[in-house]
Amino acid sequence: MAATAYIYDAIRTPRSKGKGDGTLHEVKPINLVTTLLAEMQQRHDLDTARVDDVMLGCVAPVMEQGAVLPKIALQKAGWDESVPGAQVNRFCASGLDTFNTAAAKVASGWEDLVCAGGFESMSRVPMGADGGPFAEDPETAIVTGFVPQGIGADLIATLEGWSRDDVDAFALESQKRAAHARESGWFDRSVVPVRDENGLVILAKDDFIKSDTDMQKLGALKPSFAGPGAMGFDAVALAKYPQVERINHVHTPGNSSGIVDGASLVMVGSEQAGKDIGLDPRGRVVSIALTATEPTIMLTGPGPASLKALAKAGLTIDDIDLVEINEAFASVALRLQRDLDVPDEKLNVVGGAIAMGHPLGATGGCLVSTMLDELERRRLKRALICMCVGGGMGIASIIERL
Amino acid sequence: MQDFIWDKDADGIVTVTMDMQGQSANTMNARFEPGMRAICDRLEAEPGLTGVVFASAKSTFFAGGDLHDILATETADEQSFAFIEANKAVYRRLEKLPVPVVAAINGAALGGGYELCLASNRRIVLNSPKAVVGLPEVTLGLLPGAGGVVRLTALLGLEKALPYLLEGKQVQPADALAAGMVDEIVETADQLIPAAKAWIRANPTAHVQPWDQKGFRYPGGDTLAPKNRQIIQASSAMLYQKTRGLLPAPEKILDVAVNSMRMNFNAALRMETRRFIGLMASKEAKAAISTFFFGMQAIRSGKVRPEGAPWKATSAAVLGAGMMGSGIAHAQAARGIQTLLKDTDLANAERGKAHSEKLCAGAIKRGRMDEARRDALLGQITPATENAAPGTIDIVIEAVFEDIDLKEKVIAETWPMLTPEGIYGSNTSTLPISILAEACPDPTRFIGLHFFSPVDRMKVVEIIMGAKTSQDTLRKAYDYVQQIGYLPIVVNDSRGFFTSRVFGTFMDEGLQLLVDGMAPAAIERAAWLAGMPVGPLQVFDEVSLILGQKVRKTHAALDQRLGVDSGFGRHNTATVAVTDPMIAMGRGGRQYGGGFYDYDSEGKRTLWPGLAQFARGNAEIGIKDAVDRILYRQAIETLRCLDEGVLNTEIEANLGGIMAIGFPAHTGGAIQFIRGEGIDHFATRARQLAELYGDRFAVPDRTYDLLRGKSDMAA
Repeated sequence: MAATAYIYDAIRTPRSKGKGDGTLHEVKPINLVTTLLAEMQQRHDLDTARVDDVMLGCVAPVMEQGAVLPKIALQKAGWDESVPGAQVNRFCASGLDTFNTAAAKVASGWEDLVCAGGFESMSRVPMGADGGPFAEDPETAIVTGFVPQGIGADLIATLEGWSRDDVDAFALESQKRAAHARESGWFDRSVVPVRDENGLVILAKDDFIKSDTDMQKLGALKPSFAGPGAMGFDAVALAKYPQVERINHVHTPGNSSGIVDGASLVMVGSEQAGKDIGLDPRGRVVSIALTATEPTIMLTGPGPASLKALAKAGLTIDDIDLVEINEAFASVALRLQRDLDVPDEKLNVVGGAIAMGHPLGATGGCLVSTMLDELERRRLKRALICMCVGGGMGIASIIERL
Repeated sequence: MQDFIWDKDADGIVTVTMDMQGQSANTMNARFEPGMRAICDRLEAEPGLTGVVFASAKSTFFAGGDLHDILATETADEQSFAFIEANKAVYRRLEKLPVPVVAAINGAALGGGYELCLASNRRIVLNSPKAVVGLPEVTLGLLPGAGGVVRLTALLGLEKALPYLLEGKQVQPADALAAGMVDEIVETADQLIPAAKAWIRANPTAHVQPWDQKGFRYPGGDTLAPKNRQIIQASSAMLYQKTRGLLPAPEKILDVAVNSMRMNFNAALRMETRRFIGLMASKEAKAAISTFFFGMQAIRSGKVRPEGAPWKATSAAVLGAGMMGSGIAHAQAARGIQTLLKDTDLANAERGKAHSEKLCAGAIKRGRMDEARRDALLGQITPATENAAPGTIDIVIEAVFEDIDLKEKVIAETWPMLTPEGIYGSNTSTLPISILAEACPDPTRFIGLHFFSPVDRMKVVEIIMGAKTSQDTLRKAYDYVQQIGYLPIVVNDSRGFFTSRVFGTFMDEGLQLLVDGMAPAAIERAAWLAGMPVGPLQVFDEVSLILGQKVRKTHAALDQRLGVDSGFGRHNTATVAVTDPMIAMGRGGRQYGGGFYDYDSEGKRTLWPGLAQFARGNAEIGIKDAVDRILYRQAIETLRCLDEGVLNTEIEANLGGIMAIGFPAHTGGAIQFIRGEGIDHFATRARQLAELYGDRFAVPDRTYDLLRGKSDMAA
């Protein structure tokens, strides 16, 4: 590899409920992004003309999130007019994909300083607002056997024999860890308050975390996918998994990732670029990987993607100090833990998307900032970040603290 | 004499009366398009034209496409495309005329006929139960290819159009008006054309179809409307759950309906044509048309009925008021046959009649029966413990326990009730008719009438000819079965007849898969994917393992009594290997508390974990092999029945298998399945299965000759 890709900073907005009564609902998607662009510039007194590209993930890039919002956000935030911008969509991997691509660009030597991350205002542009043949062209849906992801999550739990209590217990731990981390100020370095045009704070910290939840409250929630399953989606999935007698629908809003609004921004660059802008790198990118697995169960990609990234780096799971799997659904995290044999104390140490939410396109960038913060705080070396992705894809990144 | 009669009135309105020569109904045959094209040419050129009325000189309005043509279509080629496009083009020209066009619907307007109505600006229908409208193409494995999918979606909106397109329902005038499928109803045929003309006079400029108007919006919104998006996202899976991916027609209909809303109207019509010609050439359409249209028609029209005068039963006696007996009594009473329902115990006989009361109550609740009809029906059934007077009954049917001694006794005792012309039927599902016939004084008048459970829903009867049964008796039995509204399938006496024999192979193949090491859930799923209504393990539980064992014992005892080896169930080795030990373990089936499944207090079933012990092999059996094994096993047994003369015709083999034992309908029946696979392909695959899994799949090559060439059996 020609060059090492260094991580100079990673920041994010707080995350808040992605519905009309969420705190960030009143904030336009573009302003979530300009908040972070302004912060990145001010925090480092950044000469933005040095930035070669800004790629941001978004999974529903239509309406208010459409028309290459990142480029327009750069103009609005007053970054140098020489900076190009692009919106990237690889379903839930979008944010991490921009990070990996940024690393690849820098490593190739073709670019020197690249920003990555993503944004998603799920309260304003709902999930699926972009339509697409995946679910909305009958011919395609029939040929490919489309099922909603939650059916796949429930199928994973059924195949692995995980009960409702198993997935709820995982969810409860996510809430506890996230609440503790927030109260302890562990997120403060990365979380940038979102303000109005007068400078008044709209939201300073994550407010989706439910610190008062317990097994009883989680247990009272209704399974989200029993209805769609009975409508026909179970039959579609079971045609591919005939050994399963029936799908046990264990996932609820309580043990699935939260629908939230939020954004993230990560700056990746070469060693020389860091020197030129006067910044010390916080970490470096060790390896990246993308893969795709069986698309109907859809959510088993993180394990194979992680193994691919480990192999690329010549590492084993024992060389990894912290593992961050996006908590799309509890069973996805449990499956990754089983696939890679990760001990509890290394896995999602500050909670995850079940507690804090999963602002689709932004999440990958959020996870990078979380891991950088934790490696630094715990004085550990390496972290593996991985996510399940629509269509059965999997993505992984291994980073190292410097 | 001409196909289209032109009549222009003083107001400038032209009435085109369709009267296609040499046929009883107007159809979209080879003469249709040139004829319509000439009409369009003339209408477009006609000076002073103010409106057009389409009418019919037949008792129906228009019957749609010509199924013989469709059956003859081998490939979806340019020629088919051009032919269908030409047919659609005349409809498009019609709706583009600068004057209003009205369809005056005097009788059934189905398929291409209703599509003509959809291309008109207004649809006026006669208030007659026969004047149904609709697009039944889906039931024949097709889609409405003359603009029906595109126009009905545009007329009603996606949500309202889909059920009519996907189910092919034929709709009565009042319902059609409520649904928006027609615009107006008139009470008499004489009012039709005047009403059409009156509308034209009142609406001289109403000649632009809604979908050709600027700013057209789909009723219920376009494909981005939230409700439509929900429907679209769920519809594929809902359809799959119903069709299991086995029926291309509804899938393509759904796809055309949804996507037609996303494109230009003419482009949508072309897309519809492309999907239609693909379906025309599909094996599924051929199966549906051959079996459900031509096959059913052949049976209904008496093509396989013995010659002779029609016969009608007016009085009947049913012996044994159990589930089968009371079901048969109900079927007879529903068609006005006076029925004596006899049992040894009057309370039993009355419970049998109560079964009818329950069925009537259900029908009344669903609005399918009124109280007068219920009273008339119930009045036909007389519970009794004694015989009717000698010589008074047209047909006696015994439905007592499957015990040969008991049956022989009952037959002898009840024979005297018959009129001199009357016939005696046995509802046995296992015992040879020729043996039972010996218990009566005149075996020529004795015949098997095998009903299926539940009798009120399984509208098919396997008629079994004993060695001495006369053709005269068969004719009467055949007419009786049709008189009560059931489908007659005639077979010759043989162990297990046709249906039980083939059904036994289905259940056994499920257990063969179990023995080979396939996961029980996967076996049930394979049967589901094959198109079977219920999986083999569940079916075994419902039938009960114990009953299966009893039947085997009965045949063994018969063999001993007759000093023969009938070979009954010879190939059903897994049935013996699995069910005998299960019965010994106390798992006799659902009614015995559990079998292949455990049942909780609410009847919810879960596969019994103990089934693992029966796996002898550890074979990784792919789902495709399992599906093929389930279908091929039954098809081969059906073919053997044809070969051995147990069955007489392919049509009876096909329809009997589908209706009596649930052989997957999408195949068009077991023999049509062989044809759909291709006879050579089927033979090769069967040989392969025989090598992999055993001799039960072995078929001598010459057997296939039955299906090659124009066999008499093809009825």
